[in-house]
Amino acid sequence: MAEVRDDVRYLATHEWVKLEADGSVVVGISDHAQDALGDVVFVELPEIGTSFVQGSEMAVVESVKAASDIYAPVSGVVVACNSALEDAPETVNDSPYDAGWFVRLTPDDPSSIESLLSPDAYQALCDDETH
Amino acid sequence: MQTCLYASHIDAGGKMVDFSGWQMPIHYGSQIEEHIAVRQHAGVFDVSHMTVIDVTGKDATTFLRHLLANDVVKLSRVGQALYSAMLDERGGIIDDLMVYRGPDGYRLVVNCGTREKDLVWLQTAAAGFDVLVEEAPHLAILAVQGPKAMDLLGTALTPHQAHALAELKPFECAFSGQDMIARTGYTGELGAELILAADAACALWDRLRALGVKPAGLGARDTLRLEAGLNLYGSDMDEQVTPSACNLSWTVVHNGRDFIGEKALLAEKEAGGDRRLIGVVMTDRGVLRAGHPIVSGGREVGVITSGAFSPSLQRGIGFARIEGANELKAPLLAVIRGREMPVLGVTLPFVRRGKACFKPLV
Repeated sequence: MAEVRDDVRYLATHEWVKLEADGSVVVGISDHAQDALGDVVFVELPEIGTSFVQGSEMAVVESVKAASDIYAPVSGVVVACNSALEDAPETVNDSPYDAGWFVRLTPDDPSSIESLLSPDAYQALCDDETH
Repeated sequence: MQTCLYASHIDAGGKMVDFSGWQMPIHYGSQIEEHIAVRQHAGVFDVSHMTVIDVTGKDATTFLRHLLANDVVKLSRVGQALYSAMLDERGGIIDDLMVYRGPDGYRLVVNCGTREKDLVWLQTAAAGFDVLVEEAPHLAILAVQGPKAMDLLGTALTPHQAHALAELKPFECAFSGQDMIARTGYTGELGAELILAADAACALWDRLRALGVKPAGLGARDTLRLEAGLNLYGSDMDEQVTPSACNLSWTVVHNGRDFIGEKALLAEKEAGGDRRLIGVVMTDRGVLRAGHPIVSGGREVGVITSGAFSPSLQRGIGFARIEGANELKAPLLAVIRGREMPVLGVTLPFVRRGKACFKPLV
């Protein structure tokens, strides 16, 4: 059973989003997503300073199975990327919610995260996909 | 459909997917770990979804010499195996298959996705020959591959089977009733493929696992065969592709015997066939996938037919079908999500017996 963390919010496309104390948001992919993808072999991250609008393609994760887009969960500017994933993409499988994070954004509107899926809603979505 | 090992796959944590109507394990947790186990130790694959067809009768040899682009007269005695393409009249590849010569005739192992059309093609082509073409029912197929595969099989098999296996050289096989053991495989490693009754296959699976042989799924099978430079039917070849366009010219024997598709191949040769399959490796980070265009000198010159991240080489590799004879003078680029990434054209295979062995094409 894939873990659904209750201190983050989610997209239907399986990204998680965590609001930090400084108002930035960290983005990764869920345990359910990494399990469905299989071994992650390559992660393409954006340049720091790039602006994204909500829902646009922000990064790419490639597994043994397929390439998948990572979408910007909110509009904002990239302030950090997890460059450790370049040499160790398997970290996404091993630690999807912690060491396997992708991008940190400064959101244009911090309240926009509230419109994302709650852990319960995301759990229901995963249950639907599994059954 | 399920193979007789379905419960064993579930027990081993297999992630099951539909593969041409069969519930098969794509991996058991980590495709890459399974791949590496086969390169460095030993892995066992359930390939019971593949179709086994026995060809017997007075004209079996004459029939197969006509049916196949490789020549079964190379199988000069019982217990030898051969890889061949089966062509249509246009020289297009209907399927690729293994032929094993047994005491009573020949055993063919064909792909599962092409089962129906292969059986129809064989039955139709058999008209006028004194042959019996029969699908062998209820048999399981295990492939045990890796540098330790032969040693571990020697321990896991019955003494009778182990003795038979020890006598075999690569591309040789031994029959015992319906059962067959062959020194063949699809990984570029040492190993064997075994066709057994369901209960014997399940027992062997359990003994191999107890000896530390890792179950490996269809995902690892695909990356292993890609590194080994071996084609996959439906990806690298199909009915629109002739052997010369998919690196299989070495399997075609022209010796005046007249096989199906030969006229088309000779006409293609006359006209100067201008499609071929080469290996490509990425020089930067990334993953090649089927369908990525290959450009050179500002023009599209080909396409990736199979691509993956190579666990052995730790970079993106693939097969590229190149159109035109002189296209490799300018550097090659793969177009990945709109970006042109440099790739190196190389000889195949990429990996053999656990070691990188490719060379740049000149």
